[in-house]
Amino acid sequence: MLIEIRPEPFDPWAEVSIHPERCGVEAGSFGACSVFVGSMRDFNLGDTVHCMELEHYEGMTEKLLADHAGAVIDRYGLTELLILHRVGMIYPGDPIVLVAAWSAHRAEAFDGCRDMMEHLKSRATFWKKESLEDTAEQRWVDNR
Amino acid sequence: MAISVKVFASLREDLGVDRARINPSKADTARQVWQQITSREPPGNLLCAVNHQYVNLDSRVRDGDEVAFFPPVNGG
Repeated sequence: MLIEIRPEPFDPWAEVSIHPERCGVEAGSFGACSVFVGSMRDFNLGDTVHCMELEHYEGMTEKLLADHAGAVIDRYGLTELLILHRVGMIYPGDPIVLVAAWSAHRAEAFDGCRDMMEHLKSRATFWKKESLEDTAEQRWVDNR
Repeated sequence: MAISVKVFASLREDLGVDRARINPSKADTARQVWQQITSREPPGNLLCAVNHQYVNLDSRVRDGDEVAFFPPVNGG
């Protein structure tokens, strides 16, 4: 299991490609990998968005993700789980989040990836502040 | 020792408070910590954590705790 909050851009597909070997998971020991990549849109609420700043609560974010990742691995019998999330200034098209789940069969990979992602969305301590293209207005993205 | 307080995102900007240190004799609960940093009523969507765990405002706090207040989260 690897969980990282990264202040610099990452390539999710390269990360998925190298991850099993990086973690000592041998090819052939899993039969499925389910991947979710979330990236930044250039539009929101009818406005064009220029960029966005992602803030998090250091310490709590990592703990929340690690606690739930352990539970997800156990619940679905996953072989491996990878979670990366950006913080700092991001731009349209930049990947924000990667969740990848490896397992013996597809159902566990799909379900484990979905479970982890939904938990991240609803509980992990991140906040977004977007800057609009036309007015340079900054506004917090609500999730009420 | 003290109770350390952190405030995040839009709530930090609304209150004008980023970090604070509270005398533990002034607060037995998270709600009383809130009352030490602002005279405003807690917003209905306020979230609170003590030592990196979600709690409600009536949870007990003690000397050395880290108490955080923040708005609804929005990752991914």
